[in-house]
Amino acid sequence: MTAPGESTIIEIRNVTKRYKDTTALDDVSLNIYGGKIYGLLGRNGAGKTTLMSVLTAQGFQTSGEIRVFGEHPYENDRVLSRICFIRESQKYPDDFSAEQAFASAALFFSNWDKAFARRLADDFQLPLKRRIKKLSRGQLSAVGVIIGLASRAEVTFFDEPYLGLDAVARQIFYDRLVEDYSEHQRTIILSSHLIDEVANLLEHVIVIDKGKIMIDDDAEAIRGSAFTVVGTGTRVAAFTAGREILHRESLASLASVSVQGRLSEGERAEAAELGLEVAPVSLQQLIVRRTMDPGPELSMNGAATELEVSP
Amino acid sequence: MIDESRPIFMQIAELIENDIVDGALAEEAQVPSTNEFAAFYRINPATAAKGVNRLVDEGILYKKRGIGMFVATGARALLLDRRREEFFRQYVQPLAREARKLGIGKEQLAQMLSRSETGTETSERSVAQ
Repeated sequence: MTAPGESTIIEIRNVTKRYKDTTALDDVSLNIYGGKIYGLLGRNGAGKTTLMSVLTAQGFQTSGEIRVFGEHPYENDRVLSRICFIRESQKYPDDFSAEQAFASAALFFSNWDKAFARRLADDFQLPLKRRIKKLSRGQLSAVGVIIGLASRAEVTFFDEPYLGLDAVARQIFYDRLVEDYSEHQRTIILSSHLIDEVANLLEHVIVIDKGKIMIDDDAEAIRGSAFTVVGTGTRVAAFTAGREILHRESLASLASVSVQGRLSEGERAEAAELGLEVAPVSLQQLIVRRTMDPGPELSMNGAATELEVSP
Repeated sequence: MIDESRPIFMQIAELIENDIVDGALAEEAQVPSTNEFAAFYRINPATAAKGVNRLVDEGILYKKRGIGMFVATGARALLLDRRREEFFRQYVQPLAREARKLGIGKEQLAQMLSRSETGTETSERSVAQ
């Protein structure tokens, strides 16, 4: 859904990126509109990082067109100074302290908020004077998260920014992100495989799988767009007949079937009368269902809800 | 709290409606800002705003420029009317349908309803004692 006042800040047209024998992006076309929090979701190796890399001119596409703020991003300082890209394993000069990293970020990003960076460093209990190479994995991630938030760039990419951050630190990140975005609306593109954690923060969801865009929709439109029916196999089969089936599991005479679509009040009542349980499919489950190869070994443990096992 | 089954903006609108119906939010009282809703429920601020704006469109809330969002006079009556209509559709109609199926007449149904009321009262009393 696009309101008339929204402006396209990134245009991607038929972009393909190949590395030797793999196609990381396969004819991707996409518009990114200003002022929203986007979720860029998908499995490891789906093409998320490659997409962010070509948008931020850290890589060059094999074919296709990209415009960021109406211009080519490649070697274009006018464009790049308005973008902040925080990578999963961001590198900093070894003998830098976090304080020095913030000072150089302040030179590059014109909207840099020094006081906000200080507050965030307190929140994450980050030692500012310690050399970055002496920081723990989580503290290193905190440095990236702080730069991403305090830079207040017009477009900020967070590519799995929280390796090593514990649940408390991740919650601090989400809370500060929502608060700061409320005050300073801008475009945030957050790539994550912790989908349940970020689902409610997103206004728009892009799911990429094997280099292709699989979902590009409002988060609110996706919410409640699929459901799971559990009950006696024959009744479940009758109730779900004619619907698009995402996933099927059975145990003895019981069946659990996930289908695409919404239920009317009448259909809900009908399900209840048949003794069927109906539950919504979460965004995370939906993506798992839609990006999982329906191979026999995978459908055996189809109950898994994590997209992957983190290293 | 926020669940997975329906759009979040609808749930935010309903949470505010509930507070107005049960009197927690009085008419002419100020409603938390969309940013406060976003921070409290940990949701996207644009989504929270959509829920609040829906109630503005329906005349339940109104905006005072530069100050915030307030409950309109008459909002509670408006919501009660709507909820009674929903109650009729969601509960009374199926009840009547089922009663017809079982051959329960109007009078018998009325008796059952009053019995269920006294029944609840006695059980409540026994719990209280």
